[in-house]
Amino acid sequence: MTAAPVPELSELPLARPAGRPFDPPEELAATRPLARLTLPDGHRGWLVTGHRAARAVASDPRFSSRTELQRPAMPRAGMPSPLPAAPPGLFINSDPPEHTRYRRLLTGRFTVRRMRLLTERVEEIVDEHVGAMEHAGGPTDLVASYAQPIPALVICELLGVPATDRALFQRHSEAFNDTAASAEELEAAGREFHGYLAELVKAKRSAPTDDVLSDLTASDLTDGELVNVAMLLLGAGLDTTANMIGLGTFALLSHPDQLAVMRDDPEAVDGGVEELMRYLSIAHTGQRAALEDVELEGHVIEKGATVALSVAAANRDPERFDDPDRLDLRRRAGGHLSFGHGVHQCLGQQLARVEMRTALPALLQRFPDLRLAVPPEEVPMRDRSDIYGVERLPVAWGPQEAGR
Amino acid sequence: MRISADRDRCIGAGMCALTAPEVFDQDEEEGLVRVLGPDPSPDLRARAREAARLCPSSALAVSEE
Repeated sequence: MTAAPVPELSELPLARPAGRPFDPPEELAATRPLARLTLPDGHRGWLVTGHRAARAVASDPRFSSRTELQRPAMPRAGMPSPLPAAPPGLFINSDPPEHTRYRRLLTGRFTVRRMRLLTERVEEIVDEHVGAMEHAGGPTDLVASYAQPIPALVICELLGVPATDRALFQRHSEAFNDTAASAEELEAAGREFHGYLAELVKAKRSAPTDDVLSDLTASDLTDGELVNVAMLLLGAGLDTTANMIGLGTFALLSHPDQLAVMRDDPEAVDGGVEELMRYLSIAHTGQRAALEDVELEGHVIEKGATVALSVAAANRDPERFDDPDRLDLRRRAGGHLSFGHGVHQCLGQQLARVEMRTALPALLQRFPDLRLAVPPEEVPMRDRSDIYGVERLPVAWGPQEAGR
Repeated sequence: MRISADRDRCIGAGMCALTAPEVFDQDEEEGLVRVLGPDPSPDLRARAREAARLCPSSALAVSEE
Protein backbone atom coordinates (compact mmCIF):
# COMPACT_ATOMS: atom_id res chain seq x y z
CA MET A 1 0.00 0.00 0.00
CA THR A 2 1.44 3.35 -1.00
CA ALA A 3 0.27 6.05 1.33
CA ALA A 4 -0.04 9.68 0.26
CA PRO A 5 2.15 12.03 2.26
CA VAL A 6 0.44 13.07 5.42
CA PRO A 7 0.46 16.61 6.84
CA GLU A 8 2.40 17.17 10.06
CA LEU A 9 1.12 19.27 12.94
CA SER A 10 3.46 20.13 15.79
CA GLU A 11 0.55 21.16 18.00
CA LEU A 12 -3.22 20.99 18.07
CA PRO A 13 -4.56 24.13 16.33
CA LEU A 14 -6.98 25.89 18.66
CA ALA A 15 -7.06 29.56 17.62
CA ARG A 16 -10.18 30.62 15.74
CA PRO A 17 -9.69 32.86 12.69
CA ALA A 18 -9.79 36.58 13.57
CA GLY A 19 -13.29 38.01 13.38
CA ARG A 20 -14.86 34.59 12.65
CA PRO A 21 -15.65 33.13 16.09
CA PHE A 22 -17.89 30.38 14.69
CA ASP A 23 -15.32 28.87 12.32
CA PRO A 24 -12.83 26.16 13.32
CA PRO A 25 -9.08 26.91 13.30
CA GLU A 26 -8.08 27.50 9.67
CA GLU A 27 -5.12 25.09 9.70
CA LEU A 28 -7.50 22.14 10.05
CA ALA A 29 -9.02 22.32 6.56
CA ALA A 30 -5.70 21.62 4.86
CA THR A 31 -5.22 18.43 6.87
CA ARG A 32 -8.34 16.50 5.84
CA PRO A 33 -8.86 13.66 6.26
CA LEU A 34 -6.01 13.16 8.74
CA ALA A 35 -2.65 14.46 9.93
CA ARG A 36 0.17 13.39 12.19
CA LEU A 37 -0.07 15.32 15.42
CA THR A 38 2.70 15.66 17.98
CA LEU A 39 1.02 15.73 21.38
CA PRO A 40 2.27 17.91 24.26
CA ASP A 41 4.13 14.96 25.85
CA GLY A 42 6.01 14.33 22.58
CA HIS A 43 3.94 11.30 21.51
CA ARG A 44 3.48 11.15 17.73
CA GLY A 45 -0.24 10.61 17.37
CA TRP A 46 -2.85 11.43 14.76
CA LEU A 47 -5.51 14.07 14.24
CA VAL A 48 -8.58 13.06 12.27
CA THR A 49 -10.31 15.91 10.43
CA GLY A 50 -12.39 14.19 7.71
CA HIS A 51 -16.01 13.29 8.38
CA ARG A 52 -15.85 9.72 7.07
CA ALA A 53 -12.62 9.00 8.95
CA ALA A 54 -13.89 10.52 12.22
CA ARG A 55 -17.08 8.47 11.98
CA ALA A 56 -15.03 5.34 11.29
CA VAL A 57 -12.72 5.84 14.29
CA ALA A 58 -15.57 6.66 16.70
CA SER A 59 -17.49 3.49 15.79
CA ASP A 60 -14.58 1.02 15.52
CA PRO A 61 -13.99 -1.15 18.63
CA ARG A 62 -10.28 -1.30 17.73
CA PHE A 63 -10.08 2.28 18.99
CA SER A 64 -10.35 2.47 22.77
CA SER A 65 -11.79 5.19 25.02
CA ARG A 66 -9.76 4.04 28.04
CA THR A 67 -7.83 7.03 29.37
CA GLU A 68 -4.87 4.93 30.59
CA LEU A 69 -4.07 4.09 26.96
CA GLN A 70 -4.16 7.70 25.79
CA ARG A 71 -1.82 10.68 25.74
CA PRO A 72 -3.86 13.82 26.37
CA ALA A 73 -4.18 16.09 23.32
CA MET A 74 -5.34 18.94 25.58
CA PRO A 75 -3.58 18.20 28.89
CA ARG A 76 -4.39 19.92 32.16
CA ALA A 77 -1.95 21.16 34.73
CA GLY A 78 -0.47 18.35 36.80
CA MET A 79 -1.90 15.60 34.61
CA PRO A 80 0.33 12.58 33.97
CA SER A 81 0.69 11.13 30.49
CA PRO A 82 -0.68 8.59 29.85
CA LEU A 83 -3.58 9.47 32.08
CA PRO A 84 -4.68 7.31 34.99
CA ALA A 85 -7.49 4.81 34.41
CA ALA A 86 -10.94 6.29 34.91
CA PRO A 87 -12.61 5.24 38.17
CA PRO A 88 -15.48 2.70 37.92
CA GLY A 89 -18.66 4.46 36.80
CA LEU A 90 -17.00 7.10 34.62
CA PHE A 91 -18.07 4.98 31.69
CA ILE A 92 -17.38 7.58 28.98
CA ASN A 93 -13.76 6.48 29.45
CA SER A 94 -14.37 2.73 29.21
CA ASP A 95 -14.93 0.20 26.43
CA PRO A 96 -17.54 -2.54 25.99
CA PRO A 97 -18.43 -4.79 27.73
CA GLU A 98 -17.74 -2.67 30.84
CA HIS A 99 -19.23 0.41 29.16
CA THR A 100 -22.33 -1.54 28.08
CA ARG A 101 -23.21 -2.46 31.66
CA TYR A 102 -23.43 1.18 32.78
CA ARG A 103 -25.01 2.51 29.61
CA ARG A 104 -27.77 -0.10 29.68
CA LEU A 105 -28.76 0.99 33.16
CA LEU A 106 -29.42 4.47 31.80
CA THR A 107 -30.64 4.27 28.20
CA GLY A 108 -34.23 3.52 29.23
CA ARG A 109 -34.27 6.83 31.11
CA PHE A 110 -33.25 8.97 28.12
CA THR A 111 -35.36 7.61 25.25
CA VAL A 112 -36.92 9.82 22.58
CA ARG A 113 -40.35 9.23 24.09
CA ARG A 114 -39.38 9.93 27.71
CA MET A 115 -37.61 13.12 26.75
CA ARG A 116 -40.61 14.31 24.74
CA LEU A 117 -42.72 13.81 27.85
CA LEU A 118 -40.49 16.40 29.50
CA THR A 119 -41.28 18.98 26.82
CA GLU A 120 -44.07 20.58 28.82
CA ARG A 121 -41.87 21.00 31.90
CA VAL A 122 -39.04 22.42 29.76
CA GLU A 123 -41.53 24.87 28.24
CA GLU A 124 -42.57 26.00 31.72
CA ILE A 125 -38.97 26.58 32.77
CA VAL A 126 -38.23 28.45 29.53
CA ASP A 127 -41.34 30.54 29.96
CA GLU A 128 -40.37 31.51 33.53
CA HIS A 129 -36.97 32.65 32.28
CA VAL A 130 -38.14 34.74 29.32
CA GLY A 131 -40.75 36.21 31.68
CA ALA A 132 -38.10 37.14 34.24
CA MET A 133 -35.92 38.71 31.54
CA GLU A 134 -38.84 40.77 30.28
CA HIS A 135 -39.74 41.84 33.81
CA ALA A 136 -36.17 42.89 34.68
CA GLY A 137 -35.61 44.60 31.32
CA GLY A 138 -32.48 44.67 29.22
CA PRO A 139 -29.65 44.67 28.68
CA THR A 140 -28.81 41.36 30.31
CA ASP A 141 -26.21 38.61 30.08
CA LEU A 142 -28.03 35.84 28.24
CA VAL A 143 -25.65 33.19 29.59
CA ALA A 144 -26.48 33.92 33.24
CA SER A 145 -30.15 34.71 32.78
CA TYR A 146 -31.14 32.05 30.22
CA ALA A 147 -28.58 29.72 28.63
CA GLN A 148 -27.12 28.32 31.87
CA PRO A 149 -30.10 28.05 34.22
CA ILE A 150 -32.52 26.28 31.87
CA PRO A 151 -30.51 23.09 31.18
CA ALA A 152 -29.23 23.13 34.77
CA LEU A 153 -32.75 23.15 36.25
CA VAL A 154 -33.86 20.41 33.85
CA ILE A 155 -30.95 18.04 34.54
CA CYS A 156 -31.25 18.68 38.31
CA GLU A 157 -34.93 17.71 38.30
CA LEU A 158 -34.29 14.65 36.16
CA LEU A 159 -31.39 13.36 38.27
CA GLY A 160 -32.78 14.49 41.62
CA VAL A 161 -30.09 17.01 42.49
CA PRO A 162 -31.22 20.10 44.48
CA ALA A 163 -31.13 23.01 42.04
CA THR A 164 -30.43 25.33 44.98
CA ASP A 165 -26.87 23.90 45.02
CA ARG A 166 -26.36 24.83 41.38
CA ALA A 167 -23.76 27.55 41.96
CA LEU A 168 -21.48 25.01 43.63
CA PHE A 169 -21.41 22.32 40.99
CA GLN A 170 -21.59 24.75 38.08
CA ARG A 171 -18.26 26.15 39.30
CA HIS A 172 -16.72 22.68 39.57
CA SER A 173 -17.96 21.64 36.18
CA GLU A 174 -16.45 24.77 34.61
CA ALA A 175 -13.09 24.04 36.24
CA PHE A 176 -13.08 20.55 34.69
CA ASN A 177 -13.57 22.00 31.22
CA ASP A 178 -11.11 24.86 31.68
CA THR A 179 -7.79 23.91 30.10
CA ALA A 180 -6.07 26.70 32.08
CA ALA A 181 -7.26 25.56 35.53
CA SER A 182 -4.34 24.85 37.88
CA ALA A 183 -3.66 21.40 39.33
CA GLU A 184 -4.78 22.68 42.74
CA GLU A 185 -8.03 24.09 41.35
CA LEU A 186 -8.78 20.83 39.55
CA GLU A 187 -8.00 18.75 42.60
CA ALA A 188 -10.17 20.92 44.84
CA ALA A 189 -13.06 20.97 42.36
CA GLY A 190 -12.90 17.18 41.99
CA ARG A 191 -12.77 16.59 45.74
CA GLU A 192 -15.64 18.97 46.56
CA PHE A 193 -17.86 17.77 43.72
CA HIS A 194 -17.20 14.16 44.70
CA GLY A 195 -17.93 14.87 48.36
CA TYR A 196 -21.15 16.68 47.53
CA LEU A 197 -22.42 13.84 45.34
CA ALA A 198 -21.36 11.17 47.86
CA GLU A 199 -23.59 12.85 50.48
CA LEU A 200 -26.41 13.07 47.95
CA VAL A 201 -26.13 9.39 46.98
CA LYS A 202 -26.24 8.44 50.67
CA ALA A 203 -29.40 10.52 51.10
CA LYS A 204 -31.04 8.92 48.03
CA ARG A 205 -30.28 5.47 49.36
CA SER A 206 -31.94 6.13 52.71
CA ALA A 207 -34.88 8.13 51.32
CA PRO A 208 -35.40 7.55 47.57
CA THR A 209 -37.33 10.15 45.59
CA ASP A 210 -38.74 10.01 42.05
CA ASP A 211 -35.64 10.60 39.95
CA VAL A 212 -32.81 8.88 38.08
CA LEU A 213 -30.31 8.83 40.97
CA SER A 214 -32.84 7.31 43.35
CA ASP A 215 -33.75 4.67 40.77
CA LEU A 216 -30.07 3.82 40.33
CA THR A 217 -29.78 3.01 44.04
CA ALA A 218 -31.94 -0.03 43.25
CA SER A 219 -29.34 -1.27 40.72
CA ASP A 220 -26.21 -3.24 41.58
CA LEU A 221 -23.99 -0.13 41.42
CA THR A 222 -21.82 0.57 44.46
CA ASP A 223 -21.91 4.02 46.08
CA GLY A 224 -18.56 4.81 44.47
CA GLU A 225 -19.83 3.90 40.99
CA LEU A 226 -23.03 5.85 41.55
CA VAL A 227 -21.13 9.00 42.49
CA ASN A 228 -19.09 8.81 39.29
CA VAL A 229 -22.16 8.14 37.14
CA ALA A 230 -23.85 11.13 38.79
CA MET A 231 -20.80 13.32 38.17
CA LEU A 232 -20.72 12.30 34.51
CA LEU A 233 -24.43 12.91 33.92
CA LEU A 234 -24.56 16.19 35.80
CA GLY A 235 -21.38 17.50 34.18
CA ALA A 236 -22.60 16.47 30.72
CA GLY A 237 -25.98 18.11 31.25
CA LEU A 238 -24.70 21.44 32.48
CA ASP A 239 -22.07 22.89 30.24
CA THR A 240 -23.09 21.48 26.86
CA THR A 241 -26.65 22.57 26.13
CA ALA A 242 -25.94 25.84 27.94
CA ASN A 243 -23.18 26.65 25.48
CA MET A 244 -25.30 25.64 22.50
CA ILE A 245 -28.03 28.06 23.62
CA GLY A 246 -25.53 30.88 24.28
CA LEU A 247 -23.30 30.40 21.24
CA GLY A 248 -26.30 29.43 19.09
CA THR A 249 -28.02 32.73 19.91
CA PHE A 250 -24.81 34.65 19.11
CA ALA A 251 -24.58 32.83 15.75
CA LEU A 252 -28.21 33.60 14.94
CA LEU A 253 -27.79 37.27 15.91
CA SER A 254 -24.84 37.35 13.49
CA HIS A 255 -26.96 35.80 10.70
CA PRO A 256 -30.28 37.74 10.82
CA ASP A 257 -31.82 35.83 7.89
CA GLN A 258 -31.23 32.54 9.74
CA LEU A 259 -32.50 34.05 13.00
CA ALA A 260 -35.76 34.87 11.21
CA VAL A 261 -36.06 31.22 10.11
CA MET A 262 -35.68 29.94 13.70
CA ARG A 263 -38.11 32.57 15.01
CA ASP A 264 -40.81 32.43 12.35
CA ASP A 265 -40.91 28.94 10.87
CA PRO A 266 -41.92 26.21 13.36
CA GLU A 267 -41.29 23.57 10.67
CA ALA A 268 -37.64 24.59 10.47
CA VAL A 269 -36.84 24.41 14.19
CA ASP A 270 -35.89 20.73 14.49
CA GLY A 271 -33.62 20.75 11.46
CA GLY A 272 -32.34 24.21 12.38
CA VAL A 273 -31.11 22.94 15.75
CA GLU A 274 -29.19 20.11 14.01
CA GLU A 275 -27.60 22.67 11.69
CA LEU A 276 -26.57 24.91 14.59
CA MET A 277 -24.98 21.86 16.21
CA ARG A 278 -23.13 21.00 13.01
CA TYR A 279 -22.00 24.56 12.37
CA LEU A 280 -20.86 25.28 15.92
CA SER A 281 -19.45 21.88 17.02
CA ILE A 282 -18.99 23.03 20.61
CA ALA A 283 -17.34 19.80 21.82
CA HIS A 284 -14.54 20.23 19.37
CA THR A 285 -12.27 17.29 20.18
CA GLY A 286 -12.51 13.71 21.30
CA GLN A 287 -9.83 11.06 21.37
CA ARG A 288 -9.16 7.32 21.24
CA ALA A 289 -6.19 4.91 21.40
CA ALA A 290 -5.54 2.26 18.74
CA LEU A 291 -5.61 -1.25 20.27
CA GLU A 292 -3.95 -2.73 17.17
CA ASP A 293 -2.67 -1.54 13.78
CA VAL A 294 -5.69 -0.14 11.92
CA GLU A 295 -5.82 1.03 8.31
CA LEU A 296 -7.49 4.40 7.92
CA GLU A 297 -7.75 6.42 4.69
CA GLY A 298 -4.76 4.60 3.22
CA HIS A 299 -2.55 4.98 6.29
CA VAL A 300 -1.75 2.63 9.13
CA ILE A 301 -2.61 3.92 12.58
CA GLU A 302 -0.07 2.10 14.74
CA LYS A 303 -1.10 0.08 17.78
CA GLY A 304 -0.81 2.32 20.83
CA ALA A 305 -1.17 5.60 18.92
CA THR A 306 -3.44 8.29 20.31
CA VAL A 307 -5.96 9.51 17.76
CA ALA A 308 -7.56 12.91 18.37
CA LEU A 309 -10.81 13.63 16.54
CA SER A 310 -11.64 17.16 15.40
CA VAL A 311 -15.41 17.23 15.47
CA ALA A 312 -15.38 20.83 14.24
CA ALA A 313 -13.31 19.97 11.16
CA ALA A 314 -15.33 16.82 10.41
CA ASN A 315 -18.58 18.77 10.57
CA ARG A 316 -17.20 21.25 8.01
CA ASP A 317 -15.99 18.55 5.61
CA PRO A 318 -17.07 19.60 2.08
CA GLU A 319 -17.19 15.93 1.03
CA ARG A 320 -20.07 15.42 3.47
CA PHE A 321 -21.81 18.82 3.60
CA ASP A 322 -22.15 21.17 0.63
CA ASP A 323 -20.87 24.68 1.24
CA PRO A 324 -20.02 23.62 4.80
CA ASP A 325 -18.98 27.04 6.12
CA ARG A 326 -22.44 28.49 5.48
CA LEU A 327 -25.02 28.43 8.29
CA ASP A 328 -28.19 27.21 6.60
CA LEU A 329 -30.98 26.19 8.95
CA ARG A 330 -32.89 24.58 6.10
CA ARG A 331 -30.14 22.18 5.06
CA ARG A 332 -30.17 18.48 5.98
CA ALA A 333 -27.57 18.53 8.74
CA GLY A 334 -28.37 15.02 10.03
CA GLY A 335 -25.23 12.94 10.33
CA HIS A 336 -23.21 15.69 12.05
CA LEU A 337 -20.85 14.36 14.69
CA SER A 338 -21.57 16.88 17.46
CA PHE A 339 -23.13 14.17 19.66
CA GLY A 340 -20.31 11.82 18.66
CA HIS A 341 -20.73 8.47 16.95
CA GLY A 342 -20.33 4.84 17.97
CA VAL A 343 -21.19 3.35 21.35
CA HIS A 344 -20.36 6.57 23.21
CA GLN A 345 -22.75 8.76 21.22
CA CYS A 346 -24.34 11.21 23.65
CA LEU A 347 -26.71 9.51 26.09
CA GLY A 348 -28.58 12.76 26.76
CA GLN A 349 -28.92 13.88 23.16
CA GLN A 350 -32.72 13.57 23.08
CA LEU A 351 -32.94 15.74 26.20
CA ALA A 352 -30.58 18.30 24.66
CA ARG A 353 -32.74 18.39 21.52
CA VAL A 354 -35.91 19.06 23.50
CA GLU A 355 -34.15 21.87 25.40
CA MET A 356 -32.69 23.55 22.31
CA ARG A 357 -35.87 23.13 20.23
CA THR A 358 -37.80 24.84 23.02
CA ALA A 359 -35.38 27.48 24.28
CA LEU A 360 -34.10 28.98 21.01
CA PRO A 361 -37.42 29.80 19.28
CA ALA A 362 -39.09 30.85 22.57
CA LEU A 363 -36.39 33.45 23.20
CA LEU A 364 -36.60 34.90 19.69
CA GLN A 365 -40.40 34.95 19.71
CA ARG A 366 -40.57 36.77 23.05
CA PHE A 367 -37.91 39.28 21.96
CA PRO A 368 -38.25 39.53 18.15
CA ASP A 369 -35.81 42.44 18.07
CA LEU A 370 -33.20 40.77 20.28
CA ARG A 371 -29.75 42.25 19.57
CA LEU A 372 -26.23 42.28 20.91
CA ALA A 373 -25.64 44.99 23.52
CA VAL A 374 -21.92 45.15 22.66
CA PRO A 375 -20.04 45.03 19.34
CA PRO A 376 -19.65 41.37 18.24
CA GLU A 377 -15.86 41.49 18.64
CA GLU A 378 -16.33 42.31 22.33
CA VAL A 379 -18.27 39.14 23.10
CA PRO A 380 -15.89 37.10 25.32
CA MET A 381 -15.37 33.63 23.85
CA ARG A 382 -14.53 30.47 25.82
CA ASP A 383 -11.23 29.96 24.05
CA ARG A 384 -9.67 27.91 26.83
CA SER A 385 -12.44 25.40 27.30
CA ASP A 386 -13.00 21.85 26.06
CA ILE A 387 -16.52 23.02 25.34
CA TYR A 388 -16.61 26.08 23.10
CA GLY A 389 -19.05 28.89 23.71
CA VAL A 390 -19.46 32.43 24.99
CA GLU A 391 -18.41 33.47 28.49
CA ARG A 392 -21.12 36.12 28.48
CA LEU A 393 -23.58 37.35 25.86
CA PRO A 394 -24.83 40.87 26.58
CA VAL A 395 -28.16 41.29 24.78
CA ALA A 396 -30.83 43.98 24.61
CA TRP A 397 -34.32 44.32 23.13
CA GLY A 398 -37.11 46.84 22.82
CA PRO A 399 -36.74 50.49 21.86
CA GLN A 400 -33.14 51.52 21.42
CA GLU A 401 -32.08 54.12 23.99
CA ALA A 402 -29.93 57.01 22.91
CA GLY A 403 -26.25 56.21 23.09
CA ARG A 404 -26.65 52.44 23.14
CA MET B 1 -37.78 -3.81 2.04
CA ARG B 2 -36.76 -5.84 5.07
CA ILE B 3 -35.53 -4.20 8.28
CA SER B 4 -33.85 -6.01 11.13
CA ALA B 5 -32.27 -4.74 14.33
CA ASP B 6 -29.54 -6.20 16.49
CA ARG B 7 -30.47 -5.37 20.07
CA ASP B 8 -27.10 -6.60 21.34
CA ARG B 9 -25.36 -3.92 19.30
CA CYS B 10 -27.95 -1.22 20.08
CA ILE B 11 -26.81 1.47 22.51
CA GLY B 12 -30.17 3.21 22.89
CA ALA B 13 -29.15 6.55 21.40
CA GLY B 14 -32.59 6.89 19.84
CA MET B 15 -31.51 8.12 16.39
CA CYS B 16 -33.85 5.59 14.72
CA ALA B 17 -36.91 6.51 16.79
CA LEU B 18 -36.14 10.17 16.17
CA THR B 19 -35.65 9.79 12.41
CA ALA B 20 -38.39 7.28 11.54
CA PRO B 21 -40.79 7.00 14.52
CA GLU B 22 -43.33 5.06 12.44
CA VAL B 23 -40.77 2.31 11.89
CA PHE B 24 -38.70 2.26 15.09
CA ASP B 25 -39.34 2.65 18.78
CA GLN B 26 -37.36 2.11 21.98
CA ASP B 27 -38.51 -0.22 24.73
CA GLU B 28 -39.43 1.35 28.07
CA GLU B 29 -37.06 -0.71 30.16
CA GLU B 30 -33.67 -0.48 28.43
CA GLY B 31 -34.37 2.04 25.69
CA LEU B 32 -33.20 -0.43 23.05
CA VAL B 33 -34.54 -0.52 19.50
CA ARG B 34 -37.82 -2.19 18.60
CA VAL B 35 -38.78 -2.53 14.96
CA LEU B 36 -42.45 -1.60 14.64
CA GLY B 37 -42.78 -2.35 10.95
CA PRO B 38 -40.14 -4.61 9.38
CA ASP B 39 -41.55 -3.95 5.89
CA PRO B 40 -42.36 -0.22 5.86
CA SER B 41 -44.68 1.33 3.29
CA PRO B 42 -42.99 3.06 0.35
CA ASP B 43 -43.41 6.56 1.81
CA LEU B 44 -41.45 5.57 4.92
CA ARG B 45 -38.59 3.76 3.22
CA ALA B 46 -36.32 6.74 2.65
CA ARG B 47 -36.47 7.66 6.32
CA ALA B 48 -35.95 4.04 7.38
CA ARG B 49 -32.77 3.98 5.27
CA GLU B 50 -31.68 7.31 6.75
CA ALA B 51 -32.21 5.90 10.27
CA ALA B 52 -30.04 2.89 9.44
CA ARG B 53 -27.29 5.18 8.10
CA LEU B 54 -27.40 7.38 11.19
CA CYS B 55 -27.40 4.52 13.73
CA PRO B 56 -24.24 5.12 15.82
CA SER B 57 -23.72 1.42 16.61
CA SER B 58 -24.61 -0.05 13.17
CA ALA B 59 -27.39 -2.04 14.79
CA LEU B 60 -29.84 -1.74 11.87
CA ALA B 61 -29.83 -3.72 8.64
CA VAL B 62 -31.96 -2.82 5.63
CA SER B 63 -32.29 -5.15 2.68
CA GLU B 64 -34.06 -3.95 -0.44
CA GLU B 65 -35.60 -7.31 -1.40
